[in-house]
Amino acid sequence: MSPDSAPDDFLPLPPATLHILLALAESERHGYAIIQDVEARTDGELRLSAGTLYRSIARMVEQGLIVEIEKRRSRADDERRRYYRLTPLGDSVARAEVRRLSQLVRHAKARGLAPRTI
Amino acid sequence: MSSSLYRFLLHLYPASFRAEYGDELLRAFAEAARHRGPVANAVAALRDIVPNALIAHGSMLRQDLHYAFRTMRRSRVFVATVILVTALGVGANTATFSVADLVLLRPLPFRDPGALVRLCEGPREGGGWGCMNELSPANYRDVARTTTTVRQWGVYTGAEGNLVGTGEPVRVGAEAVSPEVFPILGVRPLLGRVFDTTAAGQRDAGSVVLSYGLWQSQFGGRSGILGTTIRLDDKPRTIIGVMPPAFRFPAPGTQLWTPLVLRDTDFVDRTNTYLQGIGRLEPGVTFDQARAELALVFGRLSRENPETNRDTWFSFFRLHDEMAPRYRLMLLLLCGASLSLLLLTGANLANLLLARATARELELAVRAALGAGRERLVRQMLTESLVLAIIGGLIGVAVATLAVPLLAHLIPTSLPLGEAPRLDSRALLVAGAFTALTGFVFGLIPALVTGRRTAFRALREGARGGGGRRQRLRTTLVAIEVAVSVLLLVSSTFLARAVWRVQSVDPGFSSDGVLTLRTTLTQTRAADSVRRTEFYDRVLAGVRALPGVTAAAYTSGLPMVLTGGITGVELPGQPARNRRANGVSLRFVTPQFFDVLKIPILAGRRIEEADRLGRPLVAVVSESFVARQLSNEPPIGKTFRARGLEYTIVGVVKDIKVRGLERTNEPQLYLSAAQGPGALGILYIPKDLIIRAGAGSAGLVAAARDIIHRIDAQQPVSDVRMLSNVVEGQTADRRAQLRILIALAGLALLLTAIGIYGLLAFMVTQRAREIGVRLALGAEPGRVARMVVGDATRLALIGGVPGVIAAYAVARAMNALLFGIAPTDPVTLASGFVIVLLATIAGSLAPAMSAVRVSPLVAMRAE
Repeated sequence: MSPDSAPDDFLPLPPATLHILLALAESERHGYAIIQDVEARTDGELRLSAGTLYRSIARMVEQGLIVEIEKRRSRADDERRRYYRLTPLGDSVARAEVRRLSQLVRHAKARGLAPRTI
Repeated sequence: MSSSLYRFLLHLYPASFRAEYGDELLRAFAEAARHRGPVANAVAALRDIVPNALIAHGSMLRQDLHYAFRTMRRSRVFVATVILVTALGVGANTATFSVADLVLLRPLPFRDPGALVRLCEGPREGGGWGCMNELSPANYRDVARTTTTVRQWGVYTGAEGNLVGTGEPVRVGAEAVSPEVFPILGVRPLLGRVFDTTAAGQRDAGSVVLSYGLWQSQFGGRSGILGTTIRLDDKPRTIIGVMPPAFRFPAPGTQLWTPLVLRDTDFVDRTNTYLQGIGRLEPGVTFDQARAELALVFGRLSRENPETNRDTWFSFFRLHDEMAPRYRLMLLLLCGASLSLLLLTGANLANLLLARATARELELAVRAALGAGRERLVRQMLTESLVLAIIGGLIGVAVATLAVPLLAHLIPTSLPLGEAPRLDSRALLVAGAFTALTGFVFGLIPALVTGRRTAFRALREGARGGGGRRQRLRTTLVAIEVAVSVLLLVSSTFLARAVWRVQSVDPGFSSDGVLTLRTTLTQTRAADSVRRTEFYDRVLAGVRALPGVTAAAYTSGLPMVLTGGITGVELPGQPARNRRANGVSLRFVTPQFFDVLKIPILAGRRIEEADRLGRPLVAVVSESFVARQLSNEPPIGKTFRARGLEYTIVGVVKDIKVRGLERTNEPQLYLSAAQGPGALGILYIPKDLIIRAGAGSAGLVAAARDIIHRIDAQQPVSDVRMLSNVVEGQTADRRAQLRILIALAGLALLLTAIGIYGLLAFMVTQRAREIGVRLALGAEPGRVARMVVGDATRLALIGGVPGVIAAYAVARAMNALLFGIAPTDPVTLASGFVIVLLATIAGSLAPAMSAVRVSPLVAMRAE
């Protein structure tokens, strides 16, 4: 994508992409940490496989939503892990998607389609 | 353990993805794997990698396709050219080989067809091809009795018949076959049975076997057909069997088979020849062994029967070789032409892609510098080649589908082929694979070169990269194209000149405005001289009364399309001569025959109305008859014997072509139809009605048909056509072949011009800087243009000389098709070369102009 893409061009986002953006919104993370974060936030409902994760990461890097942080060492072990963080574009895209979703929820509530537990 | 499985499965990913994320994937998987058992891990590995790898490949392909189409949109001319070249190469080749395969390579639809052989009589001096003369029953009987190398012999003879009783009377192509013929061919009937070999044909004398086609068309494919009685030539016959659809013997036109019954009287006269022999070799016996044995048998026959067999020899050939060598040669020539075209397609494609590779080197270098791996570039190039190959191939299939029915006209109708030619998938595969491979190899070069050379160097050298080696490769490719074009053009010119020469042969008669139709009489009427003549008289009287008709006559055979009808003549005081060596073409004709065909009378008179039974037997002969049989003595009043009767010559006419334009013609003898004996052979019963009329004579057909049906409602009328069409039919094969060859040669020329233009345009771009410097230093623009045209001429010479030499070799090989034009004919050899040279120079003009227009400043600043 060209750098001047508008955030709305990316919508709607695939669920995995939004979850990865949410995971990285809090802090920079490496791959497995993203998987764990998503799993924890969804109470184990969504468990990204390594393949799905990195296929999404590859695409998101290409689209400019996230970037890899160079040479950051993990304290836990000596292995080099690859860390990712949100770009400003990724941040706007995530916000745009959340706005879209909350609008959707508002419309649904107005029509009486709100989930009963809330 | 599960990690190594995962590591192995990682190879399913695109290499670039694997290189980028492989370690990370492995690590993430390993961490997750700690919480699972080994089986669950294996399942998870598979479920993770297989779908994700597929998606990764898919999205990469989508990206590559997107990029490919964007690139293609930017170079429409290049894309159109490549697609066109591919389509034509694949299409022309597939079509030609589909037909050639059917005719030349595929076995005939009979059991073990390689062991099937044919036997006929033939001249002792050999030469010629196919069935030269039929066998007499006595000679056949003796051959069949004495040969041991052939397991079984059978004979057959043509016997058309009028089929009555199923609606309109129809004329059907029938074949009288001895009972052994079906077992020899080894084909079982679809329904019922074939003729019984054991009862010596006695029981089956009144039976008939139908072809699948006749069963369908005349009997609606009814299954209860067996045992039904039909009337064939006034005789009732019982249907005992139906053959399968693919069974066509001896030719596709055969619609039914009757049993051939030979009686004792048939074996008396050894010169009464009307049988064609077929046999199956004993297992393990070679064709040559059988031929050697036949030579012994025929040698003995001629010693034992010197008066009839002194000059009788035999012609023996495989059933598959029944095709005229001319057709075989022509098909081989077309195969050669289309192979050449495939070569040319390959060379051209390679050239186009090489040129493009050079042009794209900079673009690829930039992409490589921006981080695209070699694998990505190769993948990209492959995708582009694949897209081009698929589009070109699809259009090629369409071209081939359209071309196969056209090419099918080339197949001689005399071959017992089981089916019409279809698009051959193997031929398509070969041509497609060749083209795709060429596309791949040469399409990949830029990516591979970019991978090898450092991106930095490519960027520094800019668009000038590539070097001399690649230019030499391109020069060689263009030279090959030129050579192939010259070869195809010269070959087509040779054949075109042969066709013109054949067409300009004077047939000796006028066919314009002559309508012909055939009324084959039933055997009962034909056997009675008086009834026969009455029929002709009534039909001719009716037809002559029609408006516009100037003359009408009956003849036992049309000119040009003679099959049989050769007889011997004996002159008083001369030793009996063999009729085969000295045969004359005999026609029984009614008065006005010479008027209808406008054959000039040189001396004496025509056949006239008064020449009937009871009057002296008269004959009209042709010039060459006088020269050969009478040694140019004054012919009028001379007598001779033919077919046991004495005739007096009353007239001499000019020779006509009785056997087609390209074959030697026997001297002609015309006898009065009204004086013909009752027992005329089937060949000599007049059956072809010829009518000369003014403008609009084609409208006569209905009126003539009406007249015939009023005389006999049961009389079928067939073969309605203009005589001019019969004459044109003589060169139809040649013209069809020529059209195809010219089309191939035209394609070759076009491809070569494209190739030359492409190469020169590229060279001018490459040398723009040099040309710019030259112009800046004061070189005349004309000199620069001459330099480019000179390059083109050099290319034409490099390719042209081998092309002409190859063309000469091909012309020698196809001498039989050239109708007397020498393979060394300088005009023909030069013509193809000149055309290619002109095309080359024409192709160089645009590049030469652009060279002149090179601006010194721009060319140097571009660096």
